Amino acid sequence: MKHLLVLGGGSAGTMVVAKLRPRLDPDEWRITVVDQDDEHHYQPGYLFIPFGTYRREDAVKRRSRFIPDGVELVFGKPAKVEPEANRVRLEDGQVLAYDQLIIATGTSPRPEETEGTLGSEWRKSVHEFYTLEGALALKGAIDRFEGGRFVVHITEMPIKCPVAPLELAFLADAHFRERGIRDLVELVYVTPLDGAFTKPVAAAHLGHLLAERGIAVETDFMIERIDAEAKAIVSYDEREIPFDLLVTVPLNKGADFLAGSGLVDHLNYVQVDKHTGQSRHYPNVFALGDAADLPTSKAGATAHYSIDVFTENFQQHARGLPMTHAYDGHANCFVESGNGKGLLLDFNYDTQPLPGRYPLPGVGPFALLEESELNHAGKLMFKWAYWHVLLRGRELPLPADMSMAGKVLEATS
Amino acid sequence: MTIATIAGQNVHVNEEGFLTEFGEWNESIAAELAKDVGIDELTSDHLAVLRFLREDYQSNGETPTLRRVSTVGGFDTKRLFQLFPKKPAKKMSYVAGVPKPVGCV
Repeated sequence: MKHLLVLGGGSAGTMVVAKLRPRLDPDEWRITVVDQDDEHHYQPGYLFIPFGTYRREDAVKRRSRFIPDGVELVFGKPAKVEPEANRVRLEDGQVLAYDQLIIATGTSPRPEETEGTLGSEWRKSVHEFYTLEGALALKGAIDRFEGGRFVVHITEMPIKCPVAPLELAFLADAHFRERGIRDLVELVYVTPLDGAFTKPVAAAHLGHLLAERGIAVETDFMIERIDAEAKAIVSYDEREIPFDLLVTVPLNKGADFLAGSGLVDHLNYVQVDKHTGQSRHYPNVFALGDAADLPTSKAGATAHYSIDVFTENFQQHARGLPMTHAYDGHANCFVESGNGKGLLLDFNYDTQPLPGRYPLPGVGPFALLEESELNHAGKLMFKWAYWHVLLRGRELPLPADMSMAGKVLEATS
Repeated sequence: MTIATIAGQNVHVNEEGFLTEFGEWNESIAAELAKDVGIDELTSDHLAVLRFLREDYQSNGETPTLRRVSTVGGFDTKRLFQLFPKKPAKKMSYVAGVPKPVGCV
């Protein structure tokens, strides 16, 4: 009997076992998932919590409900991976041996990495929304906010769901308009990149969204510290941006137990082949979802499409055959733009987001790179699809490879 | 994609003037690119940073972030702002002939 061990029962870990269990002979393969608790969080839902659109119960269900029959769920925290010995040690002393290992332990915000973040203003005027507690605390702060400088800030790339901070700024703009206090609020979006939009076509199509909403953009901002007393963020080149309410996206890092395993980079992301998810150091170790160092967005869509490809590959790999399928970096995401509208992006490793229609060329129904009410509806429907289709390993009627059909190519130079 | 002549050599560049072919870079081209972004002379300190960017890009397929240049490359962040004023991430990658760091849009 061979053993497939999966660390992490979040989006990627749950999807992959749902796909693999029916495809691997139960007399030949035992599958185990390790996670520390029985709460599965729908992380895209965090964005809507500060504005009261979603509540805690929209974002949390029991993890064990989504782990399929025939897969053992072990509660515990990994302490160390020992890839030379093909085993994982848990903090409670258990030792789990494996033949094949999948690391799907994601990424998490690290407010402690930026000086001053966890100071006297933490969860008072300094907030984040990449955890459930953070999103709930921010809701209280936004409810109490009567005007002033509202600053949305990204520490450094890569971050999970890279458009979420922009969406938060759009939703905050719409929220304060609805409350009739928008003229009392100064909205500022602060990024370490050279613009809010960095891809030429998207920048040309979407640049107006920020100006229209009166959202100021501060670029190339490399934060050194948060000055909680002065209520300002301070950069390495000594720029200071004052705030009354700060929503920061802290540095994101992969799980700490991976440090020193010989598998990861400086941010604890597992170094993998970008087409297969296979470790660049150990052929029987894979990483899926945010835990991997894929050169693309850390997002559920990336996990979903890459797992479609991985499922095909792993069935070959399990029989000792070469893997013949290649993930192309395809991902797409709905982007909330406020006022009941949204955008849709579709891209891969080589193709930047382009305008057009998706998934049916010329028809849609979704419009790429432009605002529509249907794109917003798509984002809200996605919550249902997540719990009922994706986590169950069922198919969405969308191909894993990106298609150029339906996209409009335009000269950018 | 267009062809530009830099330091007497024909190279491929994108719409923002970044080199798109890793192998077409050399130090004489870098010296010209540096002038475009207001750096009159490339010192050995500049070149050490550029070399780290290129080596790291080659082994990982991705341009290192400022944080990575500092934590892995060992370059002080404030020093990077002195060497490549105001926009170090963009200027370093431009001069090093690697893609600029981007988000997903």
